[in-house]
Parts: sequence; C-alpha cells; structure tokens
Amino acid sequence: MALVLSDDQKMIRDSADGFFKTEAPVAQHRQLRDTADATGFDRNVWAKMADMGFAGVLVPEEHGGAGFGHVAAGLIMEAMGRNLSAAPMLSTGILGVTALNAAGTPEQQAKYLPLIAQGQRLLALAADEAARHNPAHVTTTATPSGNGFKLNGVKGFVLDGHVADTLIVAARTGGDDKDPDGITLFLVDAKAAGVDVERRSMVDSRNAARITLTDVQVDGADVLGPVGGGFAILETVLDAGRACLAAEMLGVSSESFDRTIDYLKQRDQFGVKIGSFQALQHRAAHLFCEVELARSATLRALTALDARDERATMFASLAKAKSGEVAKLATNEGVQMHGGIGMTDDFDIGFYMKRARAAQETFGDIAFHGDRLARLMGY
Amino acid sequence: MTDLEGFRAETRAWLDANCPAEMRTPIKSDDDVCWGGRKAELTEAQRLWLDRMGARGWTVPEWPAEYGGGGLSKDEAKVLADELRRIRARSPLASFGIWMLGPALLKYGNEAQKKEHLPRIARGEIRWCQGYSEPGAGSDLASLRTSAILDGDDYVVNGQKVWTSYADKADWIFCLVRTDPTVAKHLGISFLLFDMDSPGVSTSPIKLISGASPFCQTFFDNVRVPKQNLMGQAGKGWDIAKYLLTHEREMIGGSDSTGGGMRDGVSQIAKRQIGLDAAILADTGLRTDIVRHEINAWAFALTMERVKDEAKAGQGVGALSSMLKYYGTELNKDRLQLLMSINGSDGLTWDGEGERDGDLARNWLRTRANSIEGGTSEINLNIIAKRVLELPGA
Repeated sequence: MALVLSDDQKMIRDSADGFFKTEAPVAQHRQLRDTADATGFDRNVWAKMADMGFAGVLVPEEHGGAGFGHVAAGLIMEAMGRNLSAAPMLSTGILGVTALNAAGTPEQQAKYLPLIAQGQRLLALAADEAARHNPAHVTTTATPSGNGFKLNGVKGFVLDGHVADTLIVAARTGGDDKDPDGITLFLVDAKAAGVDVERRSMVDSRNAARITLTDVQVDGADVLGPVGGGFAILETVLDAGRACLAAEMLGVSSESFDRTIDYLKQRDQFGVKIGSFQALQHRAAHLFCEVELARSATLRALTALDARDERATMFASLAKAKSGEVAKLATNEGVQMHGGIGMTDDFDIGFYMKRARAAQETFGDIAFHGDRLARLMGY
Repeated sequence: MTDLEGFRAETRAWLDANCPAEMRTPIKSDDDVCWGGRKAELTEAQRLWLDRMGARGWTVPEWPAEYGGGGLSKDEAKVLADELRRIRARSPLASFGIWMLGPALLKYGNEAQKKEHLPRIARGEIRWCQGYSEPGAGSDLASLRTSAILDGDDYVVNGQKVWTSYADKADWIFCLVRTDPTVAKHLGISFLLFDMDSPGVSTSPIKLISGASPFCQTFFDNVRVPKQNLMGQAGKGWDIAKYLLTHEREMIGGSDSTGGGMRDGVSQIAKRQIGLDAAILADTGLRTDIVRHEINAWAFALTMERVKDEAKAGQGVGALSSMLKYYGTELNKDRLQLLMSINGSDGLTWDGEGERDGDLARNWLRTRANSIEGGTSEINLNIIAKRVLELPGA
C-alpha cells in the first residue's frame, strides 16, 4: 500500500481536475445558488460525469461501472472540493454504491448499479436523526407488515434527499434507541405513499432534505442486508463516505490555501505586499504543513479501503478528523487573510469556509472521530 | 526478485549469527547509545556489533563499498533495515558523521578527503561534531565570525562556537569559518575539517535545564589546520552548510525520538497510568488532548511514509526537511508535555532511588531544545514561506 498514486490514478486526477474546472466551476455553484435552482446541481454535468466513469467509479465492471476504487473516488471528490462542484457524487456514487456493493442481493445490485453508473438513478442515505452525527441513534421504526415492513419516523440531513429516486433508510427492527443491534436498512422508493420530502437549503447552498416516513410499506425484497444487522453495513457505507469527504475537504483546503497564497503575493498594504509580513508567512507555512498531513491521512484511508485493510475504519476516522480540522483552519485563515474582501458575498473565498463547515459536520467531526479512534484503540 | 529473496535469506542468517543477544534488547537510556570514536568506552557486545557491521559496510549500507559502505541498492538496504527491525537490533552506531558530514563529503569532498574520512566514519573510528553556531550567530548563522586566515600551508583558526553537541567527546569537527571578511556574509564562509586534539582547541560543557550537558562551548586559539582540510572551494562553504542542514533537519524532525507515529503510544501509557472507567480513559479531558495529539502524530508519520514513497517514485517534495523538522519537533514537545501530565507528580521526580527517576522530566526538558537546535521552528517556517510558497521578502 504505497502512499503514491499510480499512473492510472494520476490520469484520473488530471482528467477530474480538468473536468470540474470546466464543467462545474465555482461560478456555476454561485449561479445555482443565486437562481435557487430546484435541483441544486446541473443534471447535464451529472450525465457527463457518468460518461466519464465518475458516477460509477465504485460500481464493479460487471455492473457497467468503471471499478476504479476508492483512491480514484477520492481524487474525483478532491477535484469537486477544489471547484465546489455540486453533484450527487457522495450520495449516489459513494454511499449508495457502497451500500449495494456491501449488502445488496444479486437482484438488487443488477437492478440499481447499472443505472447508477449510467447516471440514471439517484440514491440518498437516510440515516441521521440527531443534529450531531450518531449513526446508532435510530428511532425510526420498521414493524412487520404483510410480506415486509411498515416504516415510521423522521430523518434529518438527508443529502440530496430532495432529488433521490431511492432512499436507503435505517430503521429499527429491534433494540433500544441508541443500540447498534436491531437496525435494518431498506431500499425505499422516494415516490412511495407516505414518504414526505421537505427540501432544506443549507449554509453551503447544497441540499439536504428532511424526510418524514408515515406508514411507508416496503416489500421483503427491499431489505438491504440482514434484518437487525444493518449497523455494520451502515458503518462500511459511512466509512467510505468519510474517507471521500476527507478527500473533498482536502480539495477545499488546498484550493482555499492556494487562493490565499496568491492574494498574499498581490495585496499591498503599508507600501509592501502583505505576504512579506512574517506574522502571515508563519501562519501560511504552518498551514502548508497541515494540508500535507491531511493529504497523507486521506490517501492512507482511501488506499486502506481499496486494500480491504482491517484498519480501514481507523484510517477513515483519522482522515475525517484530520482533514476536517485542516479544512476549518485553511478556510478560516483564508477568509481572515483576505481581510474585508474575504467577508463579501461577491468574493468566492467565503464559499469555501461554508462548504468546509458543512462537510466537517457531515458524518462526524473531530470530536466524534477522536472519540471513535480512542475507543478503537481501547481508551 | 529472486536475487532479493536470496539477499534476505543471507542477511537473516548473517544477522542471526553476528548480532549479539545484548544488542537485541531495547535501548534504556542515552548511555546505551554507541557513538564510537577514539574515546569510546564500549561494552564487549557494542564493540563486537559495531566491528562486525562496520566491516561489512552495513553501518552505511548505501554508501559505495570503496568508501567503507555496503554498496547496497535501495531495495537491498530496505531488506537489511527490515531484517534488523525483525530481530529488534539496536543501531550499531549513532553518528553525526553518518547522518550529516558523510552525505556532504560524498557530494562536495575531494577524492583524498573521501578516502581518508568516509571509511573511518563507517567503522565508527572517528566521532565528529559540528561547528556551526556562535554566540552572535544562531538563527542568523551566516553572520558567524570565527576566522580562518591562510598562513603558508595552514589556515589559522580563531574564534568561538557554541551549542557544539558532544564537542567534549568528539575527535574531529566540521566547522564553518570566515575566510573572507570583505565580501557579502554568505560568500566569505568556508568549510573546514580538523582534529579536536589540535593545539589551541578547547571545550567546556553547557549545563541545560534538563541537568544534562550534551552541548559545549568550543574555543579556537590560533589552531593550525592544513589547507588540504578545506572541503569544497574557499568561500563556498555556505552551500555545503545548507546541504548538510537539510540532512540534520530530516534527522531531528524524522527521527524516532520525535513525532514518529504511534511508537510508545501516549494513549497506551495513559491507560496504564490512569486506568479506564467504563472502557474509556478515566480522565476525559486528558483523553481528548491525547487523541488529538495522536491524530496529528499519526498523520505526521503517514506524511513521512508518503514522502519516502514519493521519493522512491522519483517525485520530490520541496523544502521537505524544513517541514519535517518544524512539525516533528513541535509534535515531540507536545508528546512529552502530555506524558508529564499523564504521570502527574510521578513525572516530577528528579533524583531518587528508582533506576528511571528523573528520566521523564529530563526528557521533557530536553525536547524543548528540539525546536531550537538545527534551525528554530521560526527559521524553518521562514524557509517554507520563502522557498515553497515563494512569498515575497520584507
């Protein structure tokens, strides 16, 4: 597991960088926000992402995907972070596909994976209920009904829930409110009777829905993975999401950092470039080191997932924690070093801070993952 | 591939036969470190281990065999390192000659100098010290004033160095001297090698807050140094100094004693000292501090790993030594401060009956020098700002 990109991976990185800079740059992000676009991303871009093999990056070749793996998925997410590109990559391409790869029956995989790779079906993970991430905290109930179950409950912060065709819902078939045992995953048609989707626009102008399930009837064939054993699958899905979010935040950090360094070289105050001030130089140099650390931790998490290393869980937490902390620092420093202009809506740097905050809260911040790492290491 | 497997089998057999049992136990304190040199008092096992490894050139596996090295390829050297780790072998030799002077000699030394010095470094016969800092020239190293004036076939050296690590135990010094006071400060510096037993050289130790004195003040009073001991060209010493400093910074920042990932995990020590309450550390405030430290230490260790992998793949990371030095030493200070907290009043013991009494406090105090020696953290941040980020000068 060398921490270095292969030639194939470098090609994917370069094509992703070029693609998002051209097809989904920050200007498009701004336009989507300003027009309060109903979808929140450009469906044409998503179709092109499917053509490029991005949507199906984790879909195995036998299901029509590219089967490139997590390092490639991370490189795509990093490029998206640099350009603040909006697309249902995380919700569908990472979380949805990982869930199906990990626990889908052959029928479920054949039904969904090819369509996902073609960009024709969107998925959303309806897991979190509490404001602070806590995947074992599930109160949504699944009670036996007919040949399947009836779902009742409320899910908050469902990424891309407003456009999803299919929801992956975590519900309780047993156990107490915060018990990892007794959670079951379901594939739920978003158009099914009793599914109420309420779109919420977030600070980073991305979309997350609040979804209310009222007596939603699901078939036995729509159970994803073992009944009552959904938590382990959920963790696998979340770890892939965490590592890829770490990659996206790495992109956010490095772009925010690069823009800030450029600004330090241009902006005059007191008759000199502000980049000549040692107070700013030292903070910039420290930040450089931190971004490099986030890059290493992220690459290790992605390579560990590809290698099916048993420590992948630890590395995913390490990457999410470190990359999140660095993204916070990089974007805070970015806004601060830009001075007044950094606070204006006309200027893009603030977008990076907003995205960093949202990505940091998604699937656990440094406090969550610090606690998780400590438990994994037995303290 | 088969060649490498053969090499591994051969190496394993040789190490099994030649590494003394005492050299396969963990190092307990600085006293266990073998520095070699003319004044070294080695144990029987240390002597055997050093001689055997030195004879094979395996103290410096990748140096050319003609200069006392092992002449191994990178892959073979990695196999050797793996096999040494496998039997938990102690390093046969700790040496500024290996870490710092050797690489500079290989790059800048003339043939006679390489032939004279490199094999002795490899065999641990000569212990070297570094004459860089002066009382008026620490972070601003290039303003040094120790003079070397050519008189016939000798340079006559006068001046004073400070923070000369282990000068009182060293046999030779590699020393920055001013050979031309009339030109810009970086251009008048030369790089001299000379014997510490030369008439006119004297040293006195500097006691540190840790109670130890690894550092010395070193005085030169009309020391005569043959001019063939000049390394590189007169006036070009600064280039050598900078090259050597990158090796020093990698050594300080990347060594096992600093940062270095999950070795001696702070959390594991905390678990033993403090204990658990409902499966989590029975001090939740400290637990948060510890895990944040370990996240950084781990990410730093992975960065060192990535840098090595990238170097192998032919990609360079610029001004990397400054990054490793800065981050690694800051992490190491953080680590020892955490260990002091974890041990509470036990960690404050200075003198006592126990064999290890005072070690922790002394180590904590010693780490404070990490971010000062070999270029302060601030100097390294300056280097990153200027060379990597290319920020404008004042």
